Amino acid sequence: MTLPIAISVLVVNLFFFPGGREVIFQVGPITATLEGLGFALETLARIGAISGAITLFYLTTPPSELVLDLERRGVSPRVTFVALASVQTVPALVERATTITAAQRARGLDTEGSLWRRLRGVLPLAGPVLLGSITEVEERTMALEARGFTRPASRTLLWWPPDSARQRLARWLLVLALPSIVVARAVGWLGWLR
Amino acid sequence: MLALESVTYRYAGAPRPSLHEVSLDLHDGEVLGLAGASEAGKTTLCLVASGLAPRTVGGTLGGRVLLGGEDTARLAMHELAGRVGIAFASPATQLSGVAATVYEEVAFGPMNLGVPRPELIARTEEALAALRIEALAARDPAQLSGGQQQLVAIAGLLALRPAHLVLDEPTAQLDPAGTAMVAAALAALAASGSSILVAEQKADLLASICSRVVVLDAGRVVLEGPAAEVLGDPRLEALGVAPPAAVRLLRAATTANLSAAAVARLGAALDEAVAR
Repeated sequence: MTLPIAISVLVVNLFFFPGGREVIFQVGPITATLEGLGFALETLARIGAISGAITLFYLTTPPSELVLDLERRGVSPRVTFVALASVQTVPALVERATTITAAQRARGLDTEGSLWRRLRGVLPLAGPVLLGSITEVEERTMALEARGFTRPASRTLLWWPPDSARQRLARWLLVLALPSIVVARAVGWLGWLR
Repeated sequence: MLALESVTYRYAGAPRPSLHEVSLDLHDGEVLGLAGASEAGKTTLCLVASGLAPRTVGGTLGGRVLLGGEDTARLAMHELAGRVGIAFASPATQLSGVAATVYEEVAFGPMNLGVPRPELIARTEEALAALRIEALAARDPAQLSGGQQQLVAIAGLLALRPAHLVLDEPTAQLDPAGTAMVAAALAALAASGSSILVAEQKADLLASICSRVVVLDAGRVVLEGPAAEVLGDPRLEALGVAPPAAVRLLRAATTANLSAAAVARLGAALDEAVAR
């Protein structure tokens, strides 16, 4: 998803940056400017930093371990349950939608062809998927209640992710790095970063 | 003992009650079967017996549900959870949806109850062993078959160590292999002295594990007694319950004018099937 955004940022800023004066090249009436290129690269660096951080987080942190650790640090089990259940419900919803699509197609529903035809085909699928999910939520709620989920006190954790000395050191270094960078930027030591 | 005393229950907005003046006792160590046609009130009775109705489901309850003589209306749901466990027909919706392994799924209930960690581990392993599913411990619950998921759900209940288990059509959505797995597990639980209320459409399953059977019709108890007697009752089919295969076989033999010796042999087979 980052690539289309990056391309559009580059094209828009390169050719349509307001106030761009130094021309790099021209394509018909459209002019690519140096100022536009600079702004585009700066924006891309920011997008790259944000998406890189998010990607790194998802690749290195299984959601189950994250919520267990949050719970160990005092976050309410209800909050961690909602967070984890939201992530894990997606595959179940996709599976349900696939099953219902197959069932409807077996009964003659046309879900292929032109865009209009496919849109018309989606409507009969939406009802069963949504209603089925709502019914399932009701039964799941009862099952959770019956397993003591609503008990107000904290619950026992079966296990929690290991937290080595090196991990703790890295975490503290990052925590210290953040205000350090903010201060350095404020006093002008990182002026070259713009 | 779990006892329902003149229980009448009406769902919120429903024009009439789904249960009318139902009284029944589930004695300690007993396996009580609950039969009846669709919409006879079996699921509602299970919800009431487990305390979920009206606490979670809503509606109005008349009469009393007693647990060891104590009115369950005074208990919070999490207090009831360790004393009465309930399993539903659909295996998938009973799983927490947040456990990465079967082991964690089975431990989920006792974790909620704040059971100390060493006991939590002991209970989990005991529940897995009771249903002979230790081999599944490391598997992802979402990737199991329906029968296996139902066993995991029941193991999750056992880990809570409730005095009473309420099972609402635990084999309804299972294929024959899954049904056989759950039936074997229930038979083992019954043999180990668990007290079970099991609602089922499959009379053969009831015949194989229940000592007593109650039949509901339109929310009322219409038949009650020893399993062999109730499941052999000629009114059973009219109440929307197919008799066990052994009973049907015996009737067919009688209709076909088989010899007395042959009918006696079939009768012995029926007794044996019910006893088993």
